[in-house]
Amino acid sequence: MKDMKVGIVQFPGTNCDYDTQYAFEKLGCKTKLIWHKDEIFDKNTDLLVIAGGFSYGDYLRSGAIARFSPIMSAVNKYAENGGKVLGICNGFQVLTESRLLPGALKRNEHLHFLSKHHHLKVVSNSNDFLSKMRRDEIVNIPIAHHDGNFYIDDESLKKLYENEQVLLQYCDENGDISNPNGSVDSIAGICNKQKNVFGLMPHPERAMEEVLGSDDGYRMLEGFLGK
Amino acid sequence: MKAIVNISLKAGVLDSQGKAVHHALDSLKFDGVDDVRVGKQIVLKLSETDEAKAREEVEQMCESLLANTVIEDYDIELIS
Repeated sequence: MKDMKVGIVQFPGTNCDYDTQYAFEKLGCKTKLIWHKDEIFDKNTDLLVIAGGFSYGDYLRSGAIARFSPIMSAVNKYAENGGKVLGICNGFQVLTESRLLPGALKRNEHLHFLSKHHHLKVVSNSNDFLSKMRRDEIVNIPIAHHDGNFYIDDESLKKLYENEQVLLQYCDENGDISNPNGSVDSIAGICNKQKNVFGLMPHPERAMEEVLGSDDGYRMLEGFLGK
Repeated sequence: MKAIVNISLKAGVLDSQGKAVHHALDSLKFDGVDDVRVGKQIVLKLSETDEAKAREEVEQMCESLLANTVIEDYDIELIS
């Protein structure tokens, strides 16, 4: 898609907004930052990104307060109408707290904040995000989180697999499961049943330059541009 | 009226903080501890005087914000 319009939501504490802007502009998109107090955003937005970092100090639980921000009513409506939403890291937490995505993100099993590169394996590519990637393809993407331990009950997990909603799993460089944070089934990213809302803990927007360790994020985010 | 809300991870959801505290108690030689669960307590001062109404309101608060019912249980105690 030429001239794709990407909106990036900023909460107090968001710190990956400009990296996300850089990433999508590198892909040739037009980007616009959206302040959390705004009640509306451009209806011609092709992709809305809830960027990583923090939101409101993440009091109570990560994403719990952000969910009630003025902008979130518009985000909910946009998603209900089929608009594409991507939540990265804290954005993923905001989306699970909003119930736009199933499950929840708990404190990392070993209680440490993790900040490092990690390999991920593509589980499902039957969606707009990862359609350009192969199943089992391995990418190297940074992770940086304290609350990335994805939890979902067994029955809902079964449904996730049946509907091909599991997007990515943490693995090692050979593709064998390697779980950094205790997530159920080593899950790093999922989408909703309608496949228009996506969430992942790793940061593809921080993997846009080979000189900085990896440009695998470029190939991932490129999927949103379509054919 | 005061409402005391206790929030804890559901049974079956691994409580890593509880485990870490359990380990620490073990290393301090407190041998009689079988399990530790760490939760949080939220104390609300309410203007409502009717207990049933207060409970209903606090339940709504828990469902919408105070607890994440995907992973957490809550318990409400009212003190008039």
